[in-house]
Amino acid sequence: MTVYNIYIFNREGTCLYYYEWNRRTDCNMPKYEEFKLLHGMLFSIKSFVTRLSPIDGKNSFISYRTNKYKLHFYETPTGLKFVMNTDLAVENIQDTLHDIYNKIYVEYIVKNPLCKLNEPIQSSLFRTKLDEHVKSLPFY
Amino acid sequence: MSRQNSARADGKKVSSELFTLTYGALVAQLVKDFESDEAVNKKLDEMGYNIGVRLIEDLIAKGNVGRCHDLRETADIIAKLGFKMFLGVTPVVTKWSTAADEFSLILENNPLAEFVELPSGHENLNYSNILCGVLRGALEMVQMEVEISFVQDALRGDDTTELRVKFIKRLEDAIPAGEE
Repeated sequence: MTVYNIYIFNREGTCLYYYEWNRRTDCNMPKYEEFKLLHGMLFSIKSFVTRLSPIDGKNSFISYRTNKYKLHFYETPTGLKFVMNTDLAVENIQDTLHDIYNKIYVEYIVKNPLCKLNEPIQSSLFRTKLDEHVKSLPFY
Repeated sequence: MSRQNSARADGKKVSSELFTLTYGALVAQLVKDFESDEAVNKKLDEMGYNIGVRLIEDLIAKGNVGRCHDLRETADIIAKLGFKMFLGVTPVVTKWSTAADEFSLILENNPLAEFVELPSGHENLNYSNILCGVLRGALEMVQMEVEISFVQDALRGDDTTELRVKFIKRLEDAIPAGEE
């Protein structure tokens, strides 16, 4: 199993962090365009899912899959969005994404007063810890 | 809920006295730095706000709480989870307005003001005003605009310490350019 890449967006849709472990294709556009495109799509899927849901559909978007890969989505009540692409064999990883939020983002960004909250993450400590954490996942 | 309990069990605890005294030193310094009690109140609120916007992430991550659907639920989480987790006390939620958009938090004992006596000449100082800022900042991050004020303060001779929370409006999500 494989983890391809991760995106972290804030409430305004700024991409705070992007990292790729195992991406095999390039999408032929500047990164910032890609972030905008992805965030727009997530926003649309969310409202689409909520509107079309025959039952209470809040927070019901957690992933989608194509025949090649699977995108996992986790949103905190503060509007942070964690997005991870993996291969198809990976099951529900909401807990994993929550762990990344709880153990990595909160510990190394929120609790570091030198890290501004709404700007792309520069902290190398964060980068290292996230990398270690993801590499230790059973489905990496 | 199991995660919530384990998070609290291994959460690092520091002596509340250290915290109380540090806060006291902060207020004493501000009183020295600023001319009026109002300016000190404002500064404390500002500092609290900056703390609140960060603290909310910690609360949500450790407490594993979801989005609240109404103000009653919010009040419950503030009192039973937020205050409990960070200050070790549970204020009483009471005095709901008929429209259910206002409530009061009653603190029987205020951990910030444990060893404090207000000197005369500071009748307008809200000693624990940082709490207002913290709540305001934290709730703003979950898209709620609120107004918070001290209506009673045990330090000023009232029976209890009472924080009044007033819900103003829900802040809307930013919509990405080109979406409706």
